[in-house]
Amino acid sequence: MSTNTATKPTPAKPGPMTSEPVRSEDRVKPMGARVGGWIMAIFLIVIAIIALTPIVMIFLGTFQDGGELIRNGIGFNIDFSAFSIANYEMLFTDSGNYFRWFLNTFFLTVVQVTLTLLVSSFVAYGLAMYEFKGKTATFLAVIILMTVPFEMLMLPLYVQINDMGLADTYAVIILPFLAQAVTIFFFRQYFIGIPKELLEAGRVDGVSEFGIFFRLILPIAKPALAAMAILNGMTSWNNFLWPLLVLVTPEKFTLPIGLNTLLTPHGNNYELLIIGAFFSLIPILILFLAFQKYFIEGMTAGAVKG
Amino acid sequence: MRKLLYNQKLAPYLFVLPFLLTVAVFWLFPLVRSFIMSTQEIIYGQAEFLGFANYERLWRDRVFWKALWNSLRYMLLTLVLLVPIPMILASVINSKVGSERIKGFFKASMFVPALTSVVVAGIVFRLMFSETSSGMMNQIIEFFGFGPVRWLREDLTGLFALLVIALWRWTGVNTMYFLAGLQAIPQDYYEAASIDGASKIKQFFHITVPNLKPTIVYVVTISVYGGLAMFLESFMLYAGNMSPNNQGLTIVGYLYRKGIQENDLGFASAVGVVLLVIVLAINITQLVATGTFKKERTR
Repeated sequence: MSTNTATKPTPAKPGPMTSEPVRSEDRVKPMGARVGGWIMAIFLIVIAIIALTPIVMIFLGTFQDGGELIRNGIGFNIDFSAFSIANYEMLFTDSGNYFRWFLNTFFLTVVQVTLTLLVSSFVAYGLAMYEFKGKTATFLAVIILMTVPFEMLMLPLYVQINDMGLADTYAVIILPFLAQAVTIFFFRQYFIGIPKELLEAGRVDGVSEFGIFFRLILPIAKPALAAMAILNGMTSWNNFLWPLLVLVTPEKFTLPIGLNTLLTPHGNNYELLIIGAFFSLIPILILFLAFQKYFIEGMTAGAVKG
Repeated sequence: MRKLLYNQKLAPYLFVLPFLLTVAVFWLFPLVRSFIMSTQEIIYGQAEFLGFANYERLWRDRVFWKALWNSLRYMLLTLVLLVPIPMILASVINSKVGSERIKGFFKASMFVPALTSVVVAGIVFRLMFSETSSGMMNQIIEFFGFGPVRWLREDLTGLFALLVIALWRWTGVNTMYFLAGLQAIPQDYYEAASIDGASKIKQFFHITVPNLKPTIVYVVTISVYGGLAMFLESFMLYAGNMSPNNQGLTIVGYLYRKGIQENDLGFASAVGVVLLVIVLAINITQLVATGTFKKERTR
């Protein structure tokens, strides 16, 4: 931490411009800013630790006796001497359907993200680049789509898929979520920023309209695709309510559904509940550490002006 | 086929077609059906027209009012917490004081809770709000000389637990919204204000808050929606849709209970319609009151 402080150019304005509170003694700056920096650092670190506590606790829980955790709750008095890796052995040798749920969730997430990005970028591209009859109506449909809670639609949808004989299938888990208003807005905004001359150039070169989209536009839109892949991937990986209604067969369960079945008052596999919950976080945490920028961009995409 | 791909008149329709199909089948159709079902009594697939009888029943249903009240107070309290707190945190991170590294660590840590599924969050918090004296929340209040409390058995402490989960999961995301909004405010505004001798507090209320209005409107809108439609947090915290005296029952929880668990489809649809009307009414009022529509029109 201290090494790069020395190489940083000293800011022209003293005091508030400096960003390192730690090595403040070798620089001239007002006492107030130094103390302020320290107070802020402590404040931020304390809040960050509070935010991470539940995750750390569930990690520590993976080494503990599950039944006891359920009985006594998660608390500060942890008996580290009783820690064992028995739960890990159980997870990898005798965890029933757990890894099946893992793969199911992974598969569903990949398919969901691919199809949602395709459908949403298609309509966004149509709205951004073309003039056509019904354009305003289509755009209005996107806006209204945003305002109706899915919770209201779930019941008629549930009846509908039962009528169609599609209950307990992966198709109905994916299909209702292909049109995502926030994703469409985000893509539209991105495409509007692309000069239309690019399309003309493609047409002159004899590229088809779809060829232009796939070969010229999508490669430019990679950052937008990444952000939206993460947003929709998160939603899909954590999707709970709709699969809870649709899925019946334990072999078809996703992670959230499977974990939920383990949280019963008279369960006998609380170890799997804890360690399974922790492992369901790992892929997302790894992706987050690698692509933090896209995560933040994707998950706060809603505020993009339409 | 080749001609189709090159046709500029046709291309936009092909681009929007998959969207329109999905919306029609999985959105418009169930939406209409929801209204129709709400006027029916449905037993084993046989529907009988009832008119507004389901709504009358709803009006007299004490459990429904309880659920409505639970959702409303949860929504209001999440608004009270999840707008000002993230706004202040964002202002703190956005200020020039302090280490960038610590701010980076802070931003990343605050974001992690939003990555967890409601299932994982529910499991952890259910165990942290354990009523035993070895549960974390009881240990904390015992440190200050209180408790132990049977968190999930009492109305207000149960509500508190739900609010803690909401705060834990969404503070980080909302902070990022506000941070993006703050960074869009030109620095000149602040410089001009400090030349005029405006204090930091004055600057916050006269420059920061007005310029953050679009962000505030957006965060309030999603929070109203999220608060009123809350169900899974309660479902996980209470390990099911049952809670003592229905203290954790929300509008959507009631819809789930009536529609899915008790198969009373017509009545549950009426609950759904009421939810839709409330969400729309609040959001439209809010957007009109803040002048968002006016701005859209002039643009």
